[in-house]
Amino acid sequence: MKLSILSLALALVAAAHAGLAADAPTVEIRKFAFTPQEITVAPGAKVTWINRDETPHQIKAGDGSFVSKAMDTDDRYEQVFAKEGDFRYVCTLHPFMTGIVHVHK
Amino acid sequence: MSKDREFDPQRRQALSCLSAWSGAAVVWSLVGGVPRAFAADAVGRAAAKSTGTLTFVQISDTHIGFNKPANPDIVGGVRRAIADINALPHAPALVVHTGDVSHLSKPEEFGQARELLAEIRVDRVHTVPGEHDALDDGLAGYLKQFDHDGKNRAWYSFDQGGVHFIGLSNVLDFKMGSLTSLGDEQLAWLKQDLRHVSHSTPIVVLAHIPMWTVYAQWGWGTADADQALALLKRYGSVTILNGHIHQVLQKVEGNVALHTAMSLAYPLPKPGQPGVGEPGPVKVPAGELGKLIGTRELTVVRGKHELAMVDMPLDHA
Repeated sequence: MKLSILSLALALVAAAHAGLAADAPTVEIRKFAFTPQEITVAPGAKVTWINRDETPHQIKAGDGSFVSKAMDTDDRYEQVFAKEGDFRYVCTLHPFMTGIVHVHK
Repeated sequence: MSKDREFDPQRRQALSCLSAWSGAAVVWSLVGGVPRAFAADAVGRAAAKSTGTLTFVQISDTHIGFNKPANPDIVGGVRRAIADINALPHAPALVVHTGDVSHLSKPEEFGQARELLAEIRVDRVHTVPGEHDALDDGLAGYLKQFDHDGKNRAWYSFDQGGVHFIGLSNVLDFKMGSLTSLGDEQLAWLKQDLRHVSHSTPIVVLAHIPMWTVYAQWGWGTADADQALALLKRYGSVTILNGHIHQVLQKVEGNVALHTAMSLAYPLPKPGQPGVGEPGPVKVPAGELGKLIGTRELTVVRGKHELAMVDMPLDHA
């Protein structure tokens, strides 16, 4: 019993590490929406946005702390989040498109 | 009191015999303060009959720089439209472009757009910015090529042929999760600008995004348009020309008539069109594009003034 719990825990840790390595936090812009619309990362993490639409998008933080260049189809934008907090952002071309990056330890 | 009327294809067919129009543009004439729009050959005839007529052309949403399958030859299409404008029997007094001149606000796109527009044989081409013209550096790149009054801002007015023209920018100012807006500074300027305009002067307003809420889910509206309309409604003849949604829609409210125009680049879906979740470029079979980027509408509003308007497809007989 003990052994199986331990192995389960180890497996979970391994899975978590594998997940972190394989899945860098990424937000896809598709059909005029951010997916996921909310994303949670640890301080220091780099978030990547990829535009999958044929229409350009440009993202900007509500507090002005970051702003991308215009992203045409398949263009990417990367932003490192050093500080903790909740960062709302918007597409400056289509301000009905919003998203949030939660940065927590 | 107000009504939204979508373009009616049956009506288009019924009207198609009325004109031998040759251009993907709207030709407007103002006769005695009454805005009218005519088909190409009708322009010449109408102009010949009446003096004090102002004719002008509206084009919109050229998206210079766009190179996706929805229209791989934007420049070719714009040139065809320009050839049609240049072939009008009665040369228009001016051409107005209601925004999204460029696709990505790149300097070379603005430069190419300016060179193309210079091929129109007309004294003045006036533009207002679209949101595609406000990327990266805001409107700085746009204003390098299209600063119409030398004041380094995107709104301006001028008088021509007895008409007061007002160009507005509704693409920069917005609240997160909302519609774009004109903003307080511009509204204050508009109020000041209108002080010098008599109530009998016909007014034509140019703005990229519709000045009424066509479809909020896609951002097709201007958050503070009501404040601008409140300033304008006391005037006897107000015509608001918009772009952005790449299709012809209209709304009439009292003396104020609002019209969106077709694009010269690619079609967009109808607002809330079933099966379409977002306002992205619509790809159509080869041979169909030239018909879809130019629908046509003619409307007569009876009352204190009339307004008639003709939109034409790039492909025409």
